[in-house]
Amino acid sequence: MKGQRLGWAPYALLLPSLAFLAVFFAAPMVQAFGLAFQNDAGNWSLESWRTMFADAQFREALVTTLVLIVILIPVQFVLAMAMALVINARLKWSGFWLYIYAIPLGISELAAGIIWFVIFTQQGWLNSILQGLGILDRPYIFLNYQNPAWLIFAVVLAEAWRATSIIMIILVAGLQGIPRDFFEAADVFGATSWQKVRRVILPMLRPSVQVALILRTILAFQAFAVVIALAGGGLTVLSSEAYRWYSDYRNSHVAAAYAGFILMLSVVSTVLFLWLLPVREEQQG
Amino acid sequence: MAEIRLQGITKIFDKKVRAVDEVDLTIADQEFMVLLGPSGCGKTTLMRMIAGLEYPEYGRVSIGNRDVTDLPPRRRDISMVFQSYAVFPHLTVFDNVAFGLRMKNVTKAEIKRRVEGAAELVQLGPYLERYPAQLSGGQRQRVAVARAIVMEPAVLLMDEPLSNLDALLRLNFRAELKRLVGELKTTTIYVTHDQVEAMSLGDRIAVMREGRIVQCGTPMEIYDRPATQFVGSFIGSPPMNFLRGRIERSNGHVQVGLGDQTLTAPSTLAGRSAGEVLVGIRAENIEAEAAPAAGAIAARTEVVEPLGSHLLVTAAVGDQRLKIQARTDFPAQPDAPLWLRPEPDKLRWFDPESGQELDAR
Repeated sequence: MKGQRLGWAPYALLLPSLAFLAVFFAAPMVQAFGLAFQNDAGNWSLESWRTMFADAQFREALVTTLVLIVILIPVQFVLAMAMALVINARLKWSGFWLYIYAIPLGISELAAGIIWFVIFTQQGWLNSILQGLGILDRPYIFLNYQNPAWLIFAVVLAEAWRATSIIMIILVAGLQGIPRDFFEAADVFGATSWQKVRRVILPMLRPSVQVALILRTILAFQAFAVVIALAGGGLTVLSSEAYRWYSDYRNSHVAAAYAGFILMLSVVSTVLFLWLLPVREEQQG
Repeated sequence: MAEIRLQGITKIFDKKVRAVDEVDLTIADQEFMVLLGPSGCGKTTLMRMIAGLEYPEYGRVSIGNRDVTDLPPRRRDISMVFQSYAVFPHLTVFDNVAFGLRMKNVTKAEIKRRVEGAAELVQLGPYLERYPAQLSGGQRQRVAVARAIVMEPAVLLMDEPLSNLDALLRLNFRAELKRLVGELKTTTIYVTHDQVEAMSLGDRIAVMREGRIVQCGTPMEIYDRPATQFVGSFIGSPPMNFLRGRIERSNGHVQVGLGDQTLTAPSTLAGRSAGEVLVGIRAENIEAEAAPAAGAIAARTEVVEPLGSHLLVTAAVGDQRLKIQARTDFPAQPDAPLWLRPEPDKLRWFDPESGQELDAR
């Protein structure tokens, strides 16, 4: 047996990453759940969960988070798919476009939020341009807490700009794993471009689609810096509530309950995607 | 009903490599044409241009009197069997075969009837509900064939469809494919680098080299009268023997000298100024004798390979080697002398510089 000959070597090689995961992920997670299920006195209790659910901001944060996800994921997926198909068509300059598309990947979440804040703010570029063109005679306040639709739109725009390329790169990798013969067979057997995408590319790309959707949804549940940068307190999401309870109210128990709730939502959405987009072994080449 | 006409087809890759170089070829309705050649000769590129998967820089492609040069594949009324089969892994056998019909909005009942008919022809009836991953390589190949023939196309294109099968399956499939295509009577183009496949399947074979068609004819024409040294050595196993000789004249007769021996040459060679000539002869057209005989060429046995049905003898005439097919009872011994009597009407004459056959008739 190969495994026996290798002896302890594979385990030794796994050890550093296992140790890293244990110290920096598993342990804090267990601690966080411990915090969430304890009260200030250190006794086991559901008090912080009750506080969280009863909190006036909880409902708003949950709805905003879900609205963001419901708008963001389809928009980003369609955009990323179109970008991936452009790259995969290997037209002239497709390498150039790949780099252009990937630029936002190198920018931190907060910086991305600030870039869009600079565009949308009262003295921002958008207002300057609209005034310069004579469309507005005085600045319009887009990022106004009384106008949540604009806030959500700005956050969606910034998040789509920032994180669409992550999905695109996963899809490009998946597309490049599909032999070109399949696309050519679709051409020969009469598929139009749209039929090719729907009947051949999407089904064959299913494992990548699944990974991309799960990853992006989990990241969207954690959306934080962009929301803070663009909307400040005008828009609240689950992770900004966790932050508020931790830093403003100094209540790490309720903050941990929020974090645990986000984790559970992520697990539920992952299971949902696995169930909606099953990757069956006999259907893979 | 479709005749295919290729005129001056040229494909240039990277602005300099002429993968296909001014090919003219007409394929008759219902003909089975094989494009044969070594890898890189342009045969697959030529087929892909007929399919519309590649566009020629110059030249026109027409199918059944319709110029299709600028049309995408789906408007050409063709179907294709890919070398890798390209059977969709996410679809069942039924859905794979039905794929093209669904794209054409054929009615459900009609799809069912035609898919089942095609599956029957290639003996896939019991496997219609399976996924490709649950099939053997040979079965997947049949799915690819069924998917192509179910379209009842004007032209059927096959790109090395047997090359991924093991030797025994390939032999069986070859005969099956021949029967199938014979029944369908579809104009067919078949790309292969396997000369045996080409001989066995083709009504005609177009032998390609470096982007050009070197010779196009029936399998027997190509085997018997190769137009160039390349064709003679590419077709046949073992390849045709080539011996270098000198044209000599004595008493008004033309002879070709091989070392200190001579071969009688056809009088048409007399027109050639004295010089070297290449003699081509196939292994089975040489009679081997164990004793000296009049008119036979003396040679020395080097290697004897018993192949069951015959012996393959490698012999040396002077410093030139050739292969001879001998009966199994021929007393061949390494290093023993033997005498060779080539059939005079099977001798072929080539220009040693250009490799072109000399018109010796």
